[in-house]
Amino acid sequence: MPVISEEKRNRRIVPPPPVLPGGDGGDGGAGDFGGSFPISKGQLGLWILLTAIIMLFAGLSSAYIVLRGLPTWQNIALPSLLWPNTAVLVLSSLTIELSKGAVRKNQLQAMKAWLALSGVLGLIFIAGQLAAWRQLVHAGVYLPSTLQSSFFYVLTGLHGLHLLGGIAGLGFVLFKAMRNRLTVFNHEPLKLCATYWRYPGGRRRRCTN
Amino acid sequence: MHEPHTAEHAHPQLGFWRKYVFSTDHKIIGIQYMITAMAMAVVGGTLSMLMRYQLAWPSLLSPTMAKIMPDAFAGGVMKPEFYVSLVTMHGTIMVFFLFTAVLTGGFGNFLIPLQVGARDMAFPFLNALSYWVFLLSCIVIFSALFVEGGAPLGGWTAYAPLNAIPAAGPGQGTGMTLWITAIALFSVSGLMGGLNYITTILTLRTKGMSMMRLPLTQWSLLVTSILGLLAFPVLLAAGILLLFDRVGGTSFFVPAGIIMNQVPLMDHSGGHPLLWQHLFWFFGHPEVYIVILPAMGMASDILSTFCRKPIFSYRMMVYSMVAIAALSFIVWGHHMFVSGMNPFLGSVFTLTTLLIAVPSAIKTFNWIGTVWGARIRFTVPALFAIAFVSLFVSGGISGIFLGTSAADIQLQDTYFVVAHFHLVMAIAPLFAAFGGVYYWFPKIFGRSMNMTLGKIHFWVSFIGVYSVFFPMHILGIGGQMRRIYDPTQYDFLKPQQPLNEFITVAAFILGAAQLIFLFNFYWSIFLGKRMTERNPWHATTLEWTVPSPPGHGNFGDELPTVHRWPFDYSVPGEKEDFIPQTVPATVVAH
Repeated sequence: MPVISEEKRNRRIVPPPPVLPGGDGGDGGAGDFGGSFPISKGQLGLWILLTAIIMLFAGLSSAYIVLRGLPTWQNIALPSLLWPNTAVLVLSSLTIELSKGAVRKNQLQAMKAWLALSGVLGLIFIAGQLAAWRQLVHAGVYLPSTLQSSFFYVLTGLHGLHLLGGIAGLGFVLFKAMRNRLTVFNHEPLKLCATYWRYPGGRRRRCTN
Repeated sequence: MHEPHTAEHAHPQLGFWRKYVFSTDHKIIGIQYMITAMAMAVVGGTLSMLMRYQLAWPSLLSPTMAKIMPDAFAGGVMKPEFYVSLVTMHGTIMVFFLFTAVLTGGFGNFLIPLQVGARDMAFPFLNALSYWVFLLSCIVIFSALFVEGGAPLGGWTAYAPLNAIPAAGPGQGTGMTLWITAIALFSVSGLMGGLNYITTILTLRTKGMSMMRLPLTQWSLLVTSILGLLAFPVLLAAGILLLFDRVGGTSFFVPAGIIMNQVPLMDHSGGHPLLWQHLFWFFGHPEVYIVILPAMGMASDILSTFCRKPIFSYRMMVYSMVAIAALSFIVWGHHMFVSGMNPFLGSVFTLTTLLIAVPSAIKTFNWIGTVWGARIRFTVPALFAIAFVSLFVSGGISGIFLGTSAADIQLQDTYFVVAHFHLVMAIAPLFAAFGGVYYWFPKIFGRSMNMTLGKIHFWVSFIGVYSVFFPMHILGIGGQMRRIYDPTQYDFLKPQQPLNEFITVAAFILGAAQLIFLFNFYWSIFLGKRMTERNPWHATTLEWTVPSPPGHGNFGDELPTVHRWPFDYSVPGEKEDFIPQTVPATVVAH
């Protein structure tokens, strides 16, 4: 039963995609053959994860913005440790970038050293965060004290969990690096880790101010 | 197209537990999702039967029920708090643990790699983890029925402040905490699944499978996964804040001056109950489309197959899905017209809500265009797909009334709303899911379901759902409240009581028809007619080119190459009325 014109039908039958030089790529991605999608599945997966995390914090931030506009909002004095903590986190983002730069130059020992330093800085940040909480507790500011204190504890707590995930990932990358599995040609786990690590550094201010 | 029923890809033999339980194979995970969701449907459906019994005969003494559930039926009559907990658990189980789970978890897992031409999901372990977290969430929500105080009372929307305060009612203690925990686990599971779906569809398509050659089922799953990725984290954020209000003493959603059960709540101050509604519905409305979009995609593919015609305007079907998804994020306020929001804001939400009617109408027009003039093969999957369109239109039209703030102020929280959302986001997707089960069952299990039982199931269900849900519009216009425990308490509702009784009888028949489906499903897994051909429906998509059930790795030694779109039906000049996607264009005679 002819249901559409032959001319239209012919237009819909697209010839097979051309084989690209040096690969099996073609129209719409080549699956297990390597794919023509611009980024790897690992990178895409990571960006999807980061998008979910962005939306989680967007939800929390929107709640923060709404409640901050209420007349019942009471500001608290934020712990003095926050700024040095932020500096540590920014520094760790820098060291992980240096680690990435080192592997690109095939300086594998330097890469390991910068990676290890990033992990140590991450742990220092977590410790600093706990110390900041202690500062607040000593000042008599607890989780339910005011809306801002509630947000402070919840947001920094979630941020800390997020960072612990990053430290675990960094530990995994460092483990690979120590077993010489990362090379100038193959260091995607480090790239993924650096992307994940950069992200919390950029969002730090919103969580604490 | 007659091939022997063999697995063509050799793989090391796995033991029973690795192969069928702790599997990372997307097909097994898809089946696990389906069967778990069906079990949850039995629970959710049973709860709805109890609700209907109560609404029809609210004061009838039931010694039998009093013996079975002495706490809930004290003295032989259902307690009001038990009824409200039924409402909560029915809604929660059906929205999350049936519809979302079966359509994206079940069909998504089974179909994505097979239809895009991949061996498995991009991250198989994460995929398996997604299922096990989902199962854990099912166990947690199910356990809420049995804890001290019973299940929560606040409805599936869990509005604050009642759901932020454990003292608000008998089920608001442990039961509500379990509810939040289950929903958080479900959100995490959904995100793990969605991450896999998006990555697999975008990066693991086989050679030649361009985006515009994807079956509409795949487009719908892709768009749904993106919706879930953007919506579920916001629900998770709201759930975290709600949990802190309950267990940490915070006041995100609890204002000052609340008196609960004659006791002033001195510990809470400063929060904003409407904030919960905003956060919940920012997730909640996209959730409606998370449920309906996969149903739309599956129904489109099934309709095209049995009409033996290309889908009418493939590109517009894709674009309208994307438009629906985008608009779904800017309509949440239509759930809050009577919450005291600024009327100007209400007008904006009315406008954005009515805009969704445009892409929805495009889709409906295209389905009609597909069916128009076709020699339809009225198989069971085709019947369910056609019924999906009918139900979507019936439920969608009442949405236009409810999306208009002026009308909604009258109809808000009445049975009109119950009728609307059941038809459009529960029954229509359910019918598409049934269509999908009957359609892909031969591929999933290598056997066919009994089609005579399938037709009985269809006709009783089709007449049943309209008998149950259409009269609810009348009840709603008559003023019957959405979560009412006993309609006979009010004189103005008493004349409508025969309609309540009619609906309940119809609901019992509808429920019984689902037992036919369950019997047919499980009987057919073991004793159904064994499939002798890979492609019993003469369909074009990739899953029909592999054995039934597909072996591990799906496609043998070589992945398929795709040469055409998935709707080459009734191509003029062709001997057969379908051309699989793997057939090169060069063989087409012109």
